[in-house]
Amino acid sequence: MKILTGNDLKTGAVTWWTGVGWSLDVNDAADVGDNGAAVIAREEGAQNVFAAYVIDGEKTAEGVRPAHIKDRIRALGPTVRPDLTLKPSDPNALNWVI
Amino acid sequence: MVEVQFRLREDEAVNDPAVTVDAFTEQTNASAVRVEPGDDARALLPHLDRIALVEVNFPSWTDGRGYSSARVLREAGYTGEIRAVGDVVIDMLGHLKRCGFDAFAPAHPLNPADAQAAFDRWDNVYQATADGRRPIWALRHPA
Amino acid sequence: MYKYDQYDQQMVDTRVEEFRDQVRRRLSGELTEEQFRPLRLQNGLYLQLHAYMLRVAVPYGTLSSAQMKVLGDIADKYDRGYGHFTTRQNIQYNWIKLEDTPDILADLAAVEMHAIQTSGNCIRNISSDQYAGAAADEIVDPRPYAELLRQWSSFHPEFLTLPRKFKIAVIASETDRAAMRLHDIGIKMVKNDAGEIGCQFYVGGGMGRTPMIGPMIREFVPLDQLITYSEACLRVYNRYGRRDNKYKARIKILVHELGKEEYTRQVEEEFAHLLTQGIEPPLAELERIKPYFDDPAFEAGASDDLDLSDPDFRLWVERNTHAHKQAGYVIATVSLKPVGGIPGDASADQIRLMADLAKEYSFDELRVTHAQNIVFPHVRKADLYTVWQKLDEAGLGTANLDSVGDIIACPGLDYCSLANARSIPVAQKISERFGSAEKQAEIGELKLKISGCINACGHHHAGHIGILGVDRKGVENYQLLLGGSEGADTSLGKITGPGFDEDGIVDAVEKATNVYLANKQGEERFLDTYRRIGMDPFKEAIYG
Repeated sequence: MKILTGNDLKTGAVTWWTGVGWSLDVNDAADVGDNGAAVIAREEGAQNVFAAYVIDGEKTAEGVRPAHIKDRIRALGPTVRPDLTLKPSDPNALNWVI
Repeated sequence: MVEVQFRLREDEAVNDPAVTVDAFTEQTNASAVRVEPGDDARALLPHLDRIALVEVNFPSWTDGRGYSSARVLREAGYTGEIRAVGDVVIDMLGHLKRCGFDAFAPAHPLNPADAQAAFDRWDNVYQATADGRRPIWALRHPA
Repeated sequence: MYKYDQYDQQMVDTRVEEFRDQVRRRLSGELTEEQFRPLRLQNGLYLQLHAYMLRVAVPYGTLSSAQMKVLGDIADKYDRGYGHFTTRQNIQYNWIKLEDTPDILADLAAVEMHAIQTSGNCIRNISSDQYAGAAADEIVDPRPYAELLRQWSSFHPEFLTLPRKFKIAVIASETDRAAMRLHDIGIKMVKNDAGEIGCQFYVGGGMGRTPMIGPMIREFVPLDQLITYSEACLRVYNRYGRRDNKYKARIKILVHELGKEEYTRQVEEEFAHLLTQGIEPPLAELERIKPYFDDPAFEAGASDDLDLSDPDFRLWVERNTHAHKQAGYVIATVSLKPVGGIPGDASADQIRLMADLAKEYSFDELRVTHAQNIVFPHVRKADLYTVWQKLDEAGLGTANLDSVGDIIACPGLDYCSLANARSIPVAQKISERFGSAEKQAEIGELKLKISGCINACGHHHAGHIGILGVDRKGVENYQLLLGGSEGADTSLGKITGPGFDEDGIVDAVEKATNVYLANKQGEERFLDTYRRIGMDPFKEAIYG
């Protein structure tokens, strides 16, 4: 699947396109098919996101897993500071990234 | 022709079509020349007395070669108009002026209030450049 | 250290207002991201993997304790309770909000700090020797000259849109503690035959994709021509540096492609012209700046005695202190590399503790080193044990300066959007593998540097052992380099062969140190043995 990720302009937080809005949780990411560029153009124009780009992802039992490790680290947080990630108490989070 | 949105000179604007640096050195009746980023502004130094207008083009404002071109001309004693054309943006205006630009013809018109704020932003400057402002080190050590 | 006068203060205050206005125009949509990006970069604000990152300048690595305290407070107030000290003597915060940035810059300006030109295609923070003003081997303190250059380079209207970033280092001793030859301009303060102080210029060094050692282009520039000569070097670069290819845009490529002689000729020509333009500050300006760097009020006759009966303290003194020019004092390095820790990171509490200790025990002054540690430049020996105990309580007492545990590592793929691989976990594993004090003592001096991508922010080319993280079909892979050095004997590391996974690279490092230990002669360091016996014995041991 093709999913979109970008950043919130004011806070810099990593966000994922859900189909209707931008979520902090990668598992809400929607498959944009071929429409990624068009969605990005519209959403960046409206300042709902910036620095957005299209990536590959796969559907999993939990939700969505980006294909590349860089985007998985982006989705979760720094692997060396679990306390600063989106899932500080999840012992499996690191496995999900790597 | 793109409007000269800001002009900091008192004299009459020259609006002859600007020719390229190469053409200028050959055409003895031209009085306006356009300097591209890759041009050597020093090629104009033997001809300063017949130049009334130098346009310096910024195809992209992040290509800063035009700043050096302007300073080179001012340092050589050129006192005519140096006009910034092309991708001229608000946040460059103060720096352009410091390098000797005294006219600005942005490809996309700028917000006049923001532009004035940009021109007026810095009360003092650290370096001596082509604009004649006394740098901070001169204020600290009046001769 | 330097204190702002009304002019310096006004400049940073004005910059804050300029940036506040730029943020306003960005948030209102008046500025697109494409237009805003170069502006925020020139205020040190990056977009990184997880959030905006702010890089605060620490000019030539020198800080007062009041400034250090504010850095700790910023970490708490605007970030997540910690900061990262970098390989250019700066500090970075990883979780900054754009809307907070003008206020952060205002907080910094209130203590004479800023984030001016810490990114972007402009002249960056000027780095220097972390032992400046304290080491016996310098001919002068290099920092007044660095301060003069800092002011010259700040908001220099001709040089804010260079082909690429520009890094300058200034040193004043034969021992190069700032990797001077690996900078775009490296300046070494020297004395000529007449005993006059002047500046020796090296231009075109750098790391990244194409590491190069900067050649000397001028043996002696008199002090009253320093700014004019620097301006000539920059103008030639601004006019002729490549702008067609981002990866060939540094001055090192220009110097390499023109050749040192031709580049020098162009600089000398521009220099001769600029000398007629009156752009040089009067020597009185240097004379105004110098007294800020005078010696603090050292206690004359301070005791040189040290009670080394505590074995842990003794180890720390042996490893982490350096002789001071003044009897009874030492230069103390605070390690930010605890075993298994994240190199260069410090919590807000640790930052404030270091500030307090510096205030009480180091004449109110600290340094940031390009090896990502902190230095207390002037500690009385009589106070050293107390200082170490307090550091040790806070996890800052690791005795590993310049040993294998003192790893330099970029933030890597855990934080950086440019990275190809994570660097910090590799650093942690190596740190743990070599965690014992005995092991580190056995191996001795070993500068190990890790970069998570070819941009080389971890300076891996200059490591005795260097590690470069790469992306091999979506999987992290690590190349091993040996024999780099950043001192006066600057050399670039050579790759050993095929890369390794994360566990493999740690094993490879251990194999390399074992080869060293097996072949070492006399007092040879790892680097010396490598240079003597060459790559082959290492290759054999690592690849079998």
